[in-house]
Amino acid sequence: MYDGGKIIAGIIIFLAFALFPFYSNIGKADIKPPKPSLDTPVIKALKVKKCVEPEQYMRESHMQLLIKWRDSALRHAKRVYVNSNGEEYVISLQKTCLRCHSNRSEFCDRCHKYADVDPYCWDCHFSKAKQEEQR
Amino acid sequence: MGALLSFGAVVVLLLIPAIGAGALKLHSLFGVVIPYLAVIVFLVGLINRVIGWGKVPVPFKIPTTCGQQKSLPWIKHSRLESPATGGEVFLRMVLEVLFFRSLFRNLRTEKAPGDRVVYGSSKWLWVAGLAFHYSFLIVFLRHLRFFKQPTPKIIGIIESFDGFLQIGSPHLLVTGLVLFGAVFYLFLRRIFVPQVRYISLPADYFPLFLIMAIAGTGMLMRYFLRVDIIKVKELTMGLATFHPKVPEGISVIFYIHLFLVSTLFAYFPFSKMVHLGGVFLSPTRNLANNTRMVHHPNPWNYPVKVHTYEEYEEEFRDKMIAAGIPVEKQPEPREEEQPTEESEGKE
Ligand code: HEC
Ligand code: HEC
Ligand code: HEC
Ligand code: HEM
Repeated sequence: MYDGGKIIAGIIIFLAFALFPFYSNIGKADIKPPKPSLDTPVIKALKVKKCVEPEQYMRESHMQLLIKWRDSALRHAKRVYVNSNGEEYVISLQKTCLRCHSNRSEFCDRCHKYADVDPYCWDCHFSKAKQEEQR
Repeated sequence: MGALLSFGAVVVLLLIPAIGAGALKLHSLFGVVIPYLAVIVFLVGLINRVIGWGKVPVPFKIPTTCGQQKSLPWIKHSRLESPATGGEVFLRMVLEVLFFRSLFRNLRTEKAPGDRVVYGSSKWLWVAGLAFHYSFLIVFLRHLRFFKQPTPKIIGIIESFDGFLQIGSPHLLVTGLVLFGAVFYLFLRRIFVPQVRYISLPADYFPLFLIMAIAGTGMLMRYFLRVDIIKVKELTMGLATFHPKVPEGISVIFYIHLFLVSTLFAYFPFSKMVHLGGVFLSPTRNLANNTRMVHHPNPWNYPVKVHTYEEYEEEFRDKMIAAGIPVEKQPEPREEEQPTEESEGKE
């Protein structure tokens, strides 16, 4: 091989980048997906433990539901949401979602840290704990 | 025709996982086996190509230049256009790799009145090329959030810049759109510029359609047909830690995206896209224009068995003289020579 030294060095640098997800994760096989906690007073008191919409839909699309809620409340002045079962919910991030899921750091944040998302909603919308902390 | 063929191929590639993972539920095949195989083919194939290139001898320096070569001290030397040292070559390579400098010189060729050929400036290819490659890089880096736990801070920072418009939820990521738009422009260019269309082969259209399909399914998945990202990350972390897991309940659009990406990886070393490695080995870019200072031996030069004229004359002198052919060195008369030699030896 001509210029073998340079070419081998280039290949090693390439492999250092390409294999980064593999070697940097050695010994981390025990990483578990997050378990969002449903352990809140309001949810415990529920007779039927269910969310606004079916669980799978909530896991996949809760962010889309939230933005739909925001548009509905603020752009169309409709503050009641009728879900796929015909049940009615008051549209509010803080007063509806966070009333049941009052444990934001064990619920929303656990998933979001794992998926590396940082919803900017919390710049303005407070959870109850945060509100009390700020007082 | 080439475009249609490639488009058809990508449609087939969309259908394979749609049927395989969707209808037949072969989730481990499409979620684990094929991605691993694709990465192996990608790495082995690419390294093989580069080593293959490394074995090709460069018979002479090919420093395509458009600047003054280093010569006399009072002639201004163009360091970047005609580098003479390793350092200058390095700078030229940096500009080439990071800013696509030779693409910047791309020209438009047109016929002017009177059948004259005129060349004009054309920077769109360069702009779209840069937009495409950099947005691809950023999209690619952002995907690291699926392969690292905890995700490095820098990935979150990149994502927050990328999502600065804060449109919608999940918020719009600009580079995804730019990626699709730039590839789409590169495709339109092949269709609408006659000279480019004439030289375009299926192998030119196929990567464009494939990348459009990857970006398309990615955005479809993010903004419209949501998938369970927590389960996706469980799968991808399984791949990264070599403890593959296939969680139930990831919708088929994810497997389609992943299969297209696997195809891209596996196809990469055998396609025009190997220029990822090739750009570093292009002799026209990485050789210094120092032909007046350093002799470049042709590696093809192998020890040739030569028979010089002197040796030839030595061998055939008698016969040449006999045939009346002039010789350079006259044969010395033997009777006279031997005694002198002997007398010299004795002294
Ligand atoms: C009436 C109480 C209640 C309200 C209001 C409520 N949730 Fe839930 N949520 C639940 C319960 C109970 C579950 C467990 C789901 C199940 O088992 O079906 C749940 C599950 C979820 C999940 C899936 C968690 C998992 O681990 O799978 C998400 C995400 C979620 N909720 C988000 C929201 C958001 C966002 C809102 C506001 C739009 C909201 N919830 C409003 C009670 C509620
Ligand atoms: C700049 C501050 C700000 C940010 C950031 C913000 N909101 Fe809001 N949001 C508001 C204000 C103000 C209202 C109006 C409250 C009202 O009229 O009841 C509101 C109302 C809402 C409502 C309906 C009413 C209610 O009580 O909840 C929803 C749903 C909502 N926002 C969701 C979101 C989501 C989801 C995000 C993140 C993607 C977000 N918001 C980010 C300020 C903000
Ligand atoms: C089951 C895990 C899970 C739970 C629980 C959860 N989220 Fe999420 N959430 C996610 C994931 C994953 C994303 C990122 C989706 C993506 O990147 O496509 C996300 C994204 C979001 C976004 C959009 C962020 C953006 O800027 O793109 C909002 C808003 C959001 N979640 C709100 C909430 C709220 C409010 C709660 C608690 C009531 C909650 N989520 C609970 C998993 C979860
Ligand atoms: C060649 C490499 C790849 C390219 C060009 C690509 C492209 C994209 C694009 C453009 C998006 C839209 C969102 C965005 O802009 O980020 C996206 C989303 C996504 N991609 Fe990829 N992708 C690639 C590889 C992968 C791989 C290897 C995986 C997983 C194994 C993956 C999984 C996903 C998922 C889960 C989403 C949805 C993200 C979300 O909802 O936030 N992609 N991809």
